[in-house]
Amino acid sequence: MMISGRLLAVMRKEFIHIIRDPRSLVLIFLWPVIMVLLYGTAITFDIKEIRIGVLDFDHSRVSRELLRDLTASDYFRISGYLDKRSEIDDGFLKGRFTAVLVIPAGFEKQKALNTGRIQLIVDGSNSNTATVVIQYFKSFCMLHQWESGVAVSAPLSLHPRVWYNPDLKSAHFIVPGLIAVILMMICAQLTSITLAREWETGTFEQILVSPVLPHEIILGKLAPYLLLSLSVSVVTLAFSVAVFKVPFRGSLLLLLVLSIVYIYASLSIGVLISTRARTQQVALLASQILTLLPSFLLSGFIFPVLYMPLVLKAVTYLVPARYYLVIIRGIMLKGVGPGDLAQPCLLLVLFGTFLIAFSIHRFKTVLEKAPWAG
Amino acid sequence: MEVQIQNLSRAFGTFRALDQVNLDIRQGESLSLIGPDGAGKTTLLRILCGLLRPDSGKCLIAGKDVLGDQRFLKSLIGYMPQRFSLYPDLTVSENLRFFADLFQVSASDRAARTKRLLAFSGLGPFLKRKAADLSGGMKQKLALSCTLIHTPAILFLDEPTTGVDPVSRREFWNILEDLHMQGVTLLVTTPYMDEAGRCDRVALLNRGRILATEAPGRFSGFFGGLLFELRCEALFRAVKALRSDEKFDSVQGFGDRIHVAGRGSETGLVSRIRSVLAREKIQVESLSRIPAGIEDVFVDLIRRQDS
Amino acid sequence: MSPPAGRLQGGYSVVVEDLSRSFGDFCAVDRISFQVKDGEIFGFLGANGAGKTTTIRMLCGLILPTSGRGLVEGLDIGKEAEEIRKIIGYMSQKFSLYEDLTVSENLEFFGGLYGLSHAQVTRKVKESATAADLEAFSGRRTREIPLGLKQRLALTCAVMHNPHVLFLDEPTAGVDPISRRDFWALIHELASGGTTVFVTTHYMDEAEYCNRLAVMHKGRIAASGSPKSLKNRYQKGSIEEMFIGLVGRERTADDD
Repeated sequence: MMISGRLLAVMRKEFIHIIRDPRSLVLIFLWPVIMVLLYGTAITFDIKEIRIGVLDFDHSRVSRELLRDLTASDYFRISGYLDKRSEIDDGFLKGRFTAVLVIPAGFEKQKALNTGRIQLIVDGSNSNTATVVIQYFKSFCMLHQWESGVAVSAPLSLHPRVWYNPDLKSAHFIVPGLIAVILMMICAQLTSITLAREWETGTFEQILVSPVLPHEIILGKLAPYLLLSLSVSVVTLAFSVAVFKVPFRGSLLLLLVLSIVYIYASLSIGVLISTRARTQQVALLASQILTLLPSFLLSGFIFPVLYMPLVLKAVTYLVPARYYLVIIRGIMLKGVGPGDLAQPCLLLVLFGTFLIAFSIHRFKTVLEKAPWAG
Repeated sequence: MEVQIQNLSRAFGTFRALDQVNLDIRQGESLSLIGPDGAGKTTLLRILCGLLRPDSGKCLIAGKDVLGDQRFLKSLIGYMPQRFSLYPDLTVSENLRFFADLFQVSASDRAARTKRLLAFSGLGPFLKRKAADLSGGMKQKLALSCTLIHTPAILFLDEPTTGVDPVSRREFWNILEDLHMQGVTLLVTTPYMDEAGRCDRVALLNRGRILATEAPGRFSGFFGGLLFELRCEALFRAVKALRSDEKFDSVQGFGDRIHVAGRGSETGLVSRIRSVLAREKIQVESLSRIPAGIEDVFVDLIRRQDS
Repeated sequence: MSPPAGRLQGGYSVVVEDLSRSFGDFCAVDRISFQVKDGEIFGFLGANGAGKTTTIRMLCGLILPTSGRGLVEGLDIGKEAEEIRKIIGYMSQKFSLYEDLTVSENLEFFGGLYGLSHAQVTRKVKESATAADLEAFSGRRTREIPLGLKQRLALTCAVMHNPHVLFLDEPTAGVDPISRRDFWALIHELASGGTTVFVTTHYMDEAEYCNRLAVMHKGRIAASGSPKSLKNRYQKGSIEEMFIGLVGRERTADDD
């Protein structure tokens, strides 16, 4: 494919469209920053001040020591004392406690004989929170050399979760993932909409009677958005490092180069959509369906790919964010070098090239609808 | 023959937009295509431009099938769609440049052509204005200029003057006439009958079929019956009264006049018209027999095909 | 659904005095004054961008005037826009119909906007001069019906609530001659029923159908009067010649 004057003409025109619409441009840059800010603070797996109800049958010095240690930590707060076991259920239902600590009678004596047992009953209705609470309490017991036994009020499967670690700030883990998710969405939306808009305004009809070829239209539209998306990713990255103090251990240059590859793959999703979508509304909806949930759920952003059922695991190979997550987390958090990232990079290039080639092949230069159908 | 349309048919679902259409346009000829909405005019132009596939039949431009060599075809034709199809956020000069680039107009030709297009379109002072901010007439002239940037030999224009004021309309047609003089072949659709009359030939399309193709001056031959022009007071009341009389085939308001068509003897029809109006106490200013114009034939042929 | 009792002033349905509207530096409408008599068909002519649509929008209470005064059925366009909207009908060149709704769904919807019941809508449609066509196409999507019918449907929707004044902004743009005549027959039907019709058009044959005309040019009223008196005054055989003489001459002197 040669770079023709027509390809350059489409590119130049597309650039003008972008700069002529400063309001959209501001939104394109602002949106990812806002998303990172919101999600970076909201989706946090760090829980503080877990509300604990206390059912103390022992009323001993040791039990008071235990409770003092518990409140001394940032993680727990005693939000009420119970008299009977029957009150536990009510406390959970009313949402007064996240967990209830039961100290049996004779605890002090048994403690002296090293057979002391306490019980933590956790509200399992939110399994994520429950898991975190249990883990926190275990660490607390180990730290203070209290022995603990654990029971939960609702069926709860206890998976060891890689994201749990009291020392690791979850923002560090989430923000790079968010950048991957946001980029994929923005890229797909931008490209799918720009072509749909030409269908909507009727400008496509005028272009199609010129000698311009499908690949010139598609690549001409791709290039400006590649550049735009790259700038968006740089801004978002800088913001994340500045605000969330996300560490940056690897090479910035390597990350930028691989980001271009990722953006290329994500833009290709938009191109694929635009070969079919005839209105901006359809384009927007399609790109959201194809990017939002997959990048959130099937990329390893929230749920590790490792623990997914086989079928879903297979689907993740079709989600570019999956590869970019490996890249961005690897470079930022671990400082991984180029050698280890060759495979995800290669897969992204393959993904994008296949979709674009397919789209060019399927590109319709013939109108199918009746004139009055718009 | 520059443009040949042979047995062309195209349906959308069960609707037959074009039904066995045959039409030839000679090199350098201007032909206007008129017809009611949904007659198939836009469909025909789109097929000619290679934008839509026909179900059967074929179109030849300069002897070559329009479904064949696209590159050759596209360099030969210019097409201006019905909807304004330029980029509203681009300026006049950016739009012109974009289309010059798409058609790969050489740098040497470009300056001269742009200058000429700006001269006749009068867009010179507005080069830096966004297309969205142009008036309706100016938009159409810009669209035409973009269509002409590669000096096409054949021009397809789909209702280029719809929504344009009478002054701009006249200016636009003067430009088309200049192009015609330069030898460009023109195929124009229009809802304005006076515009149709400015072409070498007029083709009337209804329900996907060509009902007549003739020079404007000879259209009266298609008219079945006698036609009278009436000037009187209370135009619409007169139209209503005359329409309720079955003797007349058609009664149409034409601005400040009424055209009444009927069959039989001239004197019989005249006295009938007068008596109907007398009954309504409407004063007749003038009443005379006239040759049918394009619009009269248009109304007459369509009424006859539809009934 | 009875509109406020007539506060008409001397039989005028629309009274405009020194009305102006600017957009930034651009003065779209520049101190215009005119009156429209009750029940007449008033044609508003002008080149693209002359200020016709801006004037109509002000009269419908969609935008506020920069200065001057306008009364529609005695109601002030600056202060009583809401009251005005209850007694006027408006149809723009874009028709403003819902293309994905059927013909009858559109009628129901617009009737509903004015608080008409299903039975009232049905009766209103039956009474309309296009009843036969509307009923034949009632189940069809509006997108699929012929343009001429679409236009008559839009008109039927606009007069569903028996407006006192009907504003039509280029209602016949791009419509074929037969449909245009059908449409104008409807307009005359409405006018003879007492509705005041305020209409803009680029078809000069249609201008001849109006009782009175005003020609707008660059935000000002360049001429007004009955078609006949205008032709006499400017010594032209048709309104088109008159218009081109009036607007075209000035225009070649400067820009658009």
